[in-house]
Amino acid sequence: MADETRTPTATAEAPAASEGHTQRPPSRGPRPGGGPGGPREGGRKYFRRKKVCKFCVEKIESINYKDVRLLAQFVAESGKIVPRRLTGVCTPHQRRLSCAIKQARNIALLPFAGRAM
Amino acid sequence: MNRTYELMFIVRPDMAEEDLDKLISTLETVVSTSGGTVKSVERMGKRRLAYTVRRFHDGVYVLLTVEGSGGLVHELERRLRVTEPVIKFLSVRIDEEQKRLAKIKAIRDARKKAPATPAPAAEGGETAPATA
Repeated sequence: MADETRTPTATAEAPAASEGHTQRPPSRGPRPGGGPGGPREGGRKYFRRKKVCKFCVEKIESINYKDVRLLAQFVAESGKIVPRRLTGVCTPHQRRLSCAIKQARNIALLPFAGRAM
Repeated sequence: MNRTYELMFIVRPDMAEEDLDKLISTLETVVSTSGGTVKSVERMGKRRLAYTVRRFHDGVYVLLTVEGSGGLVHELERRLRVTEPVIKFLSVRIDEEQKRLAKIKAIRDARKKAPATPAPAAEGGETAPATA
């Protein structure tokens, strides 16, 4: 259930996320397969790209609550923090990222719910 | 114990420029009287708020970086709370983060100076700052 509701937001968010960096758009296509129900037995139907952590690859150390542009890439249209399994961010970075997003929400840089206004 | 803090606050958009100057200068005097130092004051200007705060859709963001004790921050927060035009504020301690960043930078600079190290060694080192 949760997966079904979440996939549309992830795909809807894709155009916004693709502006910032280049490696994401090709990986977005096969993603809705998600975790369960992938066609394993009948041979691979499609090639799933290995997700990589943006922060590790681009060597971004500081995840700051003031950097709205960066944080907005990891916030869904609904205002939710996009889970790691969709974005591929590694655990240490996701931890910092979620802290920063919550701080940004507190000071009205990011919305708590919905694309406000 | 001196620590570095960052205070970001939002004042209402219809506030006069002089009043904002006055507010900032009073905060600065508060900092200096309680034994701290103001490192920087940055006016980030008028910005649209992500959600309505006290029926305002936009606000003037000000970022204040101070060095001092926790009591100082407590006092500043109290003042911001009672100041009418301030609609929202957030204080964050940043010295630990700065220390961490400085450490990573130092490691990176050291590696840059010695480019003779082979690629696998560099890769092994990269994971270290991420997990640290």
